Amino acid sequence: MDLHGFLQEITQKDGVSGYEKNVAACISEAFSPYVDDTRTDNLGNLIFFKEGRREEAPRILICAHMDEIGFIITKIENNGFLRFTSLGGFDVRTLPGQEVVVYGQNPVDGIIGFKPPYMEKDKEKNKSVEMENLFIDTGLPRELVDKVIKVGSIAAIKRNFLALLNNCCSGKALDDRAGVAVLWQCARELSQIHHEAHLYFVATVQEEVGIRGAVVSTYGISPDLGIAVDVCHGDFPGAMEHEVSPLGKGPVITTGPNIHPYMAKGLFDTAEEYNLPYQRDVSPGPTGTDARAIQVSLGGIPTALVSVPLRYMHTSVELVTLEDIKVAGRLLAYFAAGLSSAFVEGLSCL
Amino acid sequence: MLITELSQIPGVSGDETRVRNFIKEKLALWGIKYYTDSLGNLYALKEGRENKQEKGLMLSAHMDEVGLMVSSIEKSGHLRFYKVGGINEKALIAKPVRIGANNITGVIGAKAVHLQKKEEREKALEVEKLYIDIGAKSKEDAEKAVKVGDYISFYSEASSSENIVKGKALDNRAGCAALLEILQRDFPFSFTAVFTVQEEVGLRGAGVAAYRVNPRMALVIETTGAVDIPEAREQDYSTSLGAGPAFTVKDESVITHPRILERLIEVAEVQKRPYQFRRYGGSFTDAGAISLSGSGAAAGVISTPCRYIHAPVSLLFLEDWKNLVEITDAFIRSVHEKGLEI
Amino acid sequence: MNELIKKLCESFGPAGREDKVRSLIVEELEKLNAQFFIDTLGNLIVTKGNQADKKILVAAHMDEIGLMVTFIDENGFLRFTNIGGVFKNILLGTKVLFENGTVGVIGQEKLKEPKELDFDKLYLDIGARTRKEAQAKVKIGDTAVFLAPLSQEGRRVMAKSLDNRIGCAVVLEALKRLSPLSLPNEVYFVFTVQEEVGLRGAKPVSYRLKPDYGLAVDVTRVGDTPEPEFKTSVSLGKGPAVKIKDSSVICHPRVTGLMIEVAEKNNIPYQLEVLEKGGTDAGAIHLTREGIPSGVLSVPCRYIHTPAEMVDLDDVENSVSLLVELLKNSW
Repeated sequence: MDLHGFLQEITQKDGVSGYEKNVAACISEAFSPYVDDTRTDNLGNLIFFKEGRREEAPRILICAHMDEIGFIITKIENNGFLRFTSLGGFDVRTLPGQEVVVYGQNPVDGIIGFKPPYMEKDKEKNKSVEMENLFIDTGLPRELVDKVIKVGSIAAIKRNFLALLNNCCSGKALDDRAGVAVLWQCARELSQIHHEAHLYFVATVQEEVGIRGAVVSTYGISPDLGIAVDVCHGDFPGAMEHEVSPLGKGPVITTGPNIHPYMAKGLFDTAEEYNLPYQRDVSPGPTGTDARAIQVSLGGIPTALVSVPLRYMHTSVELVTLEDIKVAGRLLAYFAAGLSSAFVEGLSCL
Repeated sequence: MLITELSQIPGVSGDETRVRNFIKEKLALWGIKYYTDSLGNLYALKEGRENKQEKGLMLSAHMDEVGLMVSSIEKSGHLRFYKVGGINEKALIAKPVRIGANNITGVIGAKAVHLQKKEEREKALEVEKLYIDIGAKSKEDAEKAVKVGDYISFYSEASSSENIVKGKALDNRAGCAALLEILQRDFPFSFTAVFTVQEEVGLRGAGVAAYRVNPRMALVIETTGAVDIPEAREQDYSTSLGAGPAFTVKDESVITHPRILERLIEVAEVQKRPYQFRRYGGSFTDAGAISLSGSGAAAGVISTPCRYIHAPVSLLFLEDWKNLVEITDAFIRSVHEKGLEI
Repeated sequence: MNELIKKLCESFGPAGREDKVRSLIVEELEKLNAQFFIDTLGNLIVTKGNQADKKILVAAHMDEIGLMVTFIDENGFLRFTNIGGVFKNILLGTKVLFENGTVGVIGQEKLKEPKELDFDKLYLDIGARTRKEAQAKVKIGDTAVFLAPLSQEGRRVMAKSLDNRIGCAVVLEALKRLSPLSLPNEVYFVFTVQEEVGLRGAKPVSYRLKPDYGLAVDVTRVGDTPEPEFKTSVSLGKGPAVKIKDSSVICHPRVTGLMIEVAEKNNIPYQLEVLEKGGTDAGAIHLTREGIPSGVLSVPCRYIHTPAEMVDLDDVENSVSLLVELLKNSW
């Protein structure tokens, strides 16, 4: 399986926050040839261990969240239409006319329904729709809906993975399955090169509902250092330059209070040494990623953040280029392979 | 299934070629003669088995769907677009599309919700602010794949399970499929079935077609909006799924000829098939253009009710469509058996 | 149990000052001869069963929302801030009670328009004529809670702080019924502090106890009133709610699954709950250490965080039954 195939496979699987089982199974299978051990913790975090060559070598955690934003059914209307709320933050304007899969007793397809334009009052016309006015239409009669779907049933976006020009791909859940693909690429690279450090690749859960999986998985692993891999906003027409990072120019390495300065420097140096393209970004406070939780776990963990530029975040047509993922995976592999105990000890000497 | 096959084909108003070719193939397969005119209307000459006598009956269904058209290409390689027909603007964002004759895949993008201010989030996005991303690196790069003027249609996979059919452009591929179903059957007299173009941009094909066919009466097979949703009051449903095909009494373009309406009701009652009336007086159909073409024709409309028309995925019930086919079939036969005084 | 509910609701216990509620509960525990201890933050922990396979933490918070005095003016009027989620638009004319028995009423300054209303437009009047008179009864930093005696109409009870004294009552009653039995699990019944200000008590106590599972017992909002503010399908009187998610936790399917299974097996009515806003101690418990699979048993409650919250006693009884049966089960 190549990178495109892997990404396609894991973005076609559903894994809404708190309900990551389906995608986890698929990720687990794809990682198994490249890692020594796989386990799942209490919250569902998927933890892969890849042993290094030296026993006392540093232990490094590299994580990306595998959960995606989705929906949860709050009410079943009289005629079988489903009311819902979101798990994670959607742009509600992207939802009308979106197809979904509702996970009842068995999966049921549905469309997010809405009022036709001619029925909108004048003042509604220019306003965006609100989630409480939307509903899921399965087309099934109430009796059947009641049999399979319950309040609390989960629904996920239904979207085929689309291949675009120039190695770009578009689909749902690329936030942060693109990050999971970076981990996979990194694991594959490391299976070809000598590395002393012990690696823990973690596909975390429940990031989109409050960075929850990273809290407990970091505690459980207790690593010497941690790297979160997530996505950041890609460029688009009309964007402010400082808000976005262009696609195809390499992974983005963040600096700021959430990031250990030597870790960032280590990543910059690695990229320079191996001539890998990269971009810089700054974050003036805790980042909205797993890095936020990792840094303040246990007695404090030196943390870095590497991101893949992605357009149209939190829509069903998120867009990335495979090039950036490939380079990011390589960057992390070279960084991990070059890690020395001295570097890790130095991280506490500020 | 004809409906889902037809649904998948891109065929925005003015770009009906691929739909027309699909229908032509079927007609050829079934040995039905056809011809086309300069606008692209496709005329099928259905010959009666017993005699070739014409009763002045024309059936029609429009082939085109609402969509978009490339208006310009940005330096960044993103495409700007115009609307073609009354597409539902609020359903455009974050949907995949296919562009031009080569089916280039793209997605309709918008600023990520994280980067929007509260006021921005509360406003509906204007079409002018939207763009399509095909993964191009620059204008030049994009121009290798697409050009200004290319037609754009939704990229949705059609599906059907038991009674439920979903897909884009069910308005009016469901009508085309019904007409094709009718054309496979034997009838005791001849009539012309027209697959029209450019309905969604102002009933432009149907008038021309009626001028050529010069019918005494016409039955338009359509797909109409069903608004039986929780956000609507029952009096505003217009039509409901599962209640049978809808007969139009009047819309913005036509008042169905009373003899046609009576006959539709009569055959439905005799057959004990469900039917409903379209309970919304707005919007236009080919019947309007047909009724005023040449020296005029008596026209009526029979429609499959369908939720979420003019959006990326619509939903209809197969039982409604089947009932439409049977009632239409019975209507045609009754014209032969009992005649129809206009 | 009704007498217990009345005593618990009418007692004083804003977040951070739970002593009186805790004493009430301790009295009950002593009647049962139960083993308990109190941790540094004031959480009250009762242990039952030992050396069993699985350790289960059952948490109900003792604290309630309240007010805290921030300033006393020269005419004896008090200014205050909120402790927890207090709705400023229901305060005018509301009576409050201080720990020492002092009673006050909340007044409101003139507003140009309703949306101007904020805590700085509200004050507390304890009948004092001067700053000195006021200071003799109350000092800055003192806390107050709603003054509202419990009332009952039919099977429905109205009282302040049913959130979450009703949870405490349910846990206590369950403890009572379970006390002659030996349980298949080791159960920690924990009465937590400071839930209303950010699930603070539950965090260190679950770190200390390292349970295998967590279960919070708390109230939840209902959607069965005219034009409800919250679109939830939970109704009063249709049984305890098994929480699927709120903003603090996505309940672990193993725990919710067991709750549903036990309810169905024992013919206890239950409802499924998806709450868009709000959290419970389970939010803190499940993120402790390496993660603790957690769930929530909710008692449906109307008018939460007002002086007259309302629960249905049938729901309460069914909540006790569900909790008892759950804990008799092996996890």
